[in-house]
Formats: sequence, C-alpha cells, structure tokens
Amino acid sequence: MKPKDLPEKELRPVVNESGIEVKPLYTAADVEASGGSGMIGLPGQYPFARGIHSMMYRKQPWTMRQYTGFGNPADTNKRFHYLIANGQTGLNVAFDLPTQCGMDSDDPQAEGEVGRVGMAVDTLRDFEIAFEGVDLERITVSLTINGAAAILIAMYLAMAEKRGYDLAKLRGTAQNDILKEFVGRGTWVYPVEPSIRLVGDTIEYCAGHAPKYSPVSVCGYHIRESGADPAQEMAYAFCIAKAYADDVIRRGLPVDEFAGRLSFNFNCFGNLFEQVAKFRAGRSLWAKIMKEQYRAAKPGSMWMRMIAGGGGGGLTFEQPELNIVRGAYYALVCALAGTQTMALCCYDEAYTIPSEYAQRISLRTMQLLIEEMGLTDTVDPLGGSYYVETLTNQMRARMEAIMAEVDAQGGIVKLVAEGAIQARVSAQAYRRQRDTDAGKFRKVGVNCYRTEDKTPEMEFHPYREQDARAQIQALERVRAERDAARVQAALARVQADARAGANLMPAIMEATKAYASVGEITGVLVGVFGRYREPVRF
Amino acid sequence: MKKIRIVLAKPGLDGHDQGAKVVARALMDAGFEVIYTGLRQTPEAIARIALDEDADVIALSSMAGSHLPVCRKLKPLLEQAGLGDKLWIIGGNLPAQDHDALRALGFKGIFPSSSRLEDIVNYIRTNAP
Repeated sequence: MKPKDLPEKELRPVVNESGIEVKPLYTAADVEASGGSGMIGLPGQYPFARGIHSMMYRKQPWTMRQYTGFGNPADTNKRFHYLIANGQTGLNVAFDLPTQCGMDSDDPQAEGEVGRVGMAVDTLRDFEIAFEGVDLERITVSLTINGAAAILIAMYLAMAEKRGYDLAKLRGTAQNDILKEFVGRGTWVYPVEPSIRLVGDTIEYCAGHAPKYSPVSVCGYHIRESGADPAQEMAYAFCIAKAYADDVIRRGLPVDEFAGRLSFNFNCFGNLFEQVAKFRAGRSLWAKIMKEQYRAAKPGSMWMRMIAGGGGGGLTFEQPELNIVRGAYYALVCALAGTQTMALCCYDEAYTIPSEYAQRISLRTMQLLIEEMGLTDTVDPLGGSYYVETLTNQMRARMEAIMAEVDAQGGIVKLVAEGAIQARVSAQAYRRQRDTDAGKFRKVGVNCYRTEDKTPEMEFHPYREQDARAQIQALERVRAERDAARVQAALARVQADARAGANLMPAIMEATKAYASVGEITGVLVGVFGRYREPVRF
Repeated sequence: MKKIRIVLAKPGLDGHDQGAKVVARALMDAGFEVIYTGLRQTPEAIARIALDEDADVIALSSMAGSHLPVCRKLKPLLEQAGLGDKLWIIGGNLPAQDHDALRALGFKGIFPSSSRLEDIVNYIRTNAP
C-alpha cells in the first residue's frame, strides 16, 4: 500500500514527552472533548491562559536579560555595560560556585573555582563595583542565587539603598528557589527546613520593605534539566511555590500581600507545541490554585509571571552552530507563550561561558523576532488553534494529576528531603539517554545527520589564576578596612535571630552593610542550622 | 568473578549531577558495583572513599570547568593511597584542548559530553585492573 492510502489507525503513533498522544488532525470537537474553552478565556483576565496582561507585547516587549557574570566584579561590570549598550533591558547575574555555596574566595574549598562560572562576590564592596554606572531603575537586575540568596538579596538592597534608590520602588528578582537546588543544580547549604524558612524570610521581608522586588523565581527549569518531562517540570515547580507560600501564610501574612511578587523560571526545549501549551496551561493552573486554594483576590496574585528562554538540555555538543537555530526556536516558543522575560541560551553554552559574540547573537535573535517577525504585534497568536487549545487542556490535566500524586505521597518537601523526586527524574534522564544512544529519541547531529566535518573554532572563556588572587586580596583589604566591632555585633545578631526564629533579613542586611562577607554570614547560620546532607538514592 | 568496583565522584562545588547519576545507572545495569559519592567532594575525600571502598576504578564527573585543578590535586593523593594502579577516568564538560593534560595526570579514560553510555561501559570492562 502506498503511504497516502494508509488509514489513520495504521499511522505511527506519536506521543509527546508529557505522555499525551498527538493526533494527526484536531477539530473543535477535540477542544470540547478535552474540557472546552472554559479555562482559556481572554488575556489579562482570569484564568490568564492567554497571557497575564490584556495587551501583552503590544504595550511592551519581553525584557531581554542574558545570563552573565564571570571573574571579578569589575570584569562583569564591563560585560553588563556591553550588553546594555547592545539593547539589553535587564541583567541576569551569574555567580561563581563559592559564592553560590556561601563560601568566601579564600575558603580552601574555593580554590580553582573563584570567578570560574560566574562573578565572585565576597562583600558589599563587590556589588558596589559590579553595578557601578548601571541605572537600577531602568535596568532591572535578576540574581541567580539560591543557597546564599538571603545574603545576596540583602547585599543588593543595601547597595541600592546606599546609592540612594528608594527600596519601596526598587524592582528586581532573585532566583532564591532552594527546593529545586536539592533536586538539581546542587548549590544548597543548610538542611531542608531552615532553607525553606530563609526563603520565607526573604518573601516576608520584601513584602514589607521592598514590595516591588520579586524575592523568588521558582524554577521548573532545573528540574526539567534533571530529567523531568514538561508537565512534571511545571507541576513540581507549582508544588514548590506552594510550599513557600504556605511557609509565609503560616507567619500570618495574607496571600495578596506577597503572591504578586512570586515569579517563575521555566525551560523551553522540546516539542514546540507542547511547550507553548505547557506555558498556557501552567498560567491557568497557577491562577486557579491561587484563586481557589489560597483565596487570592488580587489578579496580580494569580499571575504566573515568568522568565524563559534557556534550554541547555536541548543544546548539543555536536555541530554547535545548530544551537543558534535551536536558540531561535526557543525564543519563538517563549514569545508565542507570552513570557515576561527572556534569557536566551547561547550556542557555545555546551562548551563554555558564552562569549560576547555568542551573547550578541542571542540578543539579536530576540530583537529580530520583535523587529522583523511580528511576534509582538498581537497577543497569544496561537490562541484558538484546535491543536494548541486541546493540548493546553490536556497539559493542565496532566499537571493537576502530577500535583495530586505529590500530595498523596506526602507533599513536595518530604519527597525532596527523601530524595524521591531526585530518584524519579534521574531514572527518566537515564531512559532518555539510552533512547538517545539507541537513536529512538532523535537529536540532529547526535544520533542522526552526523557529520565528520570539523566543528567551528570555539572561543573558550579564559580562566585566570591571577584574577582569583586579586579577588582574595580585595577581600583582605575590605576585612582590614571595615569596622570590626560593627561586624562582630552584626554577626552576633544574625546568630541570635537564627536561634530565636526571628526573620533573619534585618540582621543580614545590617551584616552586609557592615561589610561582613558571604562566608562569614553563612558560617554563623551553618553553626545554628547545620549543613544539608544529600540523600543518594537510585 | 568479583564485580568491578567503581567509585564515581563529583569533585569540587559543581552541582550538575544529572550526567553522573545517568552514568551511575548505566554502570550498575552493566553489572558493576557503583559507589556514588554525591556532590562537593574534596580530593582528600575522594581518595579516602576510593581506598575504603577498595575501588578498581575511580571515576570523576566534572561539568563546571575545574577538572584540571581537581585532577592535579587528586593525582598525588591517589598515589599516596596506593591507588596508582587503579583505572582513573573522567567525564563531563572537558574541552579537547585539555585532554592531553588530563592523560598526563593519569586519567586514561576521557569521556566528554555526548559520550555514549555503551562506550564508557566497554572501556571500563576492557581496562579495569
């Protein structure tokens, strides 16, 4: 029989990564059968599936915020100015691993890692240098920091205050999602419970003192990178966001006083339609959770505000120039899905810290969508597609089922503390790798369309030992110059407040203003809270 | 026959453990005994674990660029522990320009990102002492 005569039932079945079977054709009947359009509605209106604002990009395109940071604060400051000069509208700061793990640059465990994968930060002085000349009202800054987030948020607020900005108006975001660090990414410091308390402290503190600052960006992103499918990515992120919200509500803060500043960070690699449906479904599910379970009244409390554009798991080491093309599709997915902020991954990311050149290509890719391709002309352009609407309903149902399963198994905090989520997603990552090796899960350039041609030359980001030494010398200078008695008093207050169960942010703010270091403050907190011990489960 | 024992370690502060865990599963499925250390192991800890666990193979996973300083520190420690005759291998984000230096440090098996699981398994089967 010729292919064109094949009856539908003999076609090769297609099942997307989230486990939903994809039909060769969709009609209005499929939208109805999957739940109708009741959870779709209009952009800017509950349940916000089509976008959190009514006019979306027609009013303002997404914020462009490439992930950047390396070496010393002065090096990073130069790259910030380069990106801003090229039209970037926000900053997204990468920190080195010692900073992320709460260590100073002169910690023995930091040797060889200072300034390597991000900017080294020890004290407030480093933030003063890093953001010199950056207008913090015009350029919003996102800090990719988790285990040490409370300290770095305090440092950022202290730096802004010192420069004369009004904290009541200051915008910006911190990643500050520690639960996902236990699942993937791994920059945890303290055990699970005090880690959640610290996140709660930052949310509560910002609600009172920096109400426009987003203290948490809950990340499905890294859970996806660790092996979760797209529906799990979003479902687990919502479970985690609820765990933080519950902590804050237990303190007596009404939901509408903080929920509007919760934000999200999602991955976008994979099937284009599944991704767009994932974001639309997620938006309506989060709105439903906040409205029905948390009794939120303000629309802003129900908004799933997000950053997207990264998809490291989809990039390949082979034929890296294809990652430019993949990046362009990621940007398209995110624009079609109505993201608030885009941080597009760079083609050389599978190899190294992106070069200036690679970052400019990513930035231009986003600008091209805005200027040439019409992606900002109309809101939710895929809305009304039978396929996308059906898939949106189906993805939402999958996410709800996964969330119910987590609750039935004791909740996300318990499952993460035991290592159960980690074991689940890692088993999936293993299956994916075996399918990739076997050619069943197709990756262009990897298991099909390979080429033996030489890959283009990569510009490797240099690592300079002398920069690490300079960073340590700078830290020693700060230690020598600061008011030692003020530092001691501030650290004693951090310790007392940690023991007393008080909100730690005022004490940490004072400590950062006294130029206490990241490692010193972390050390005091470890003395009270202890360190996390990783459950290794297969 | 005694199972090949592999200590699979994540050195340094790098938290990217997806690859290490995937490889650990593949090695277990291949019938090896795998001791996965978890994150943030110092070179001293890795050498101690390898000795305590009577490892035939010491495998590192490094994704965040510190492979050369880590291996430089680990080499004398493994030798002092009497593990110089064991098979040392490393995988992860390892630029081609660093492979000679890694080999010179005694890491004979090098598996950069995108290596196939089967190749890692076969290499160990052929080369483990």
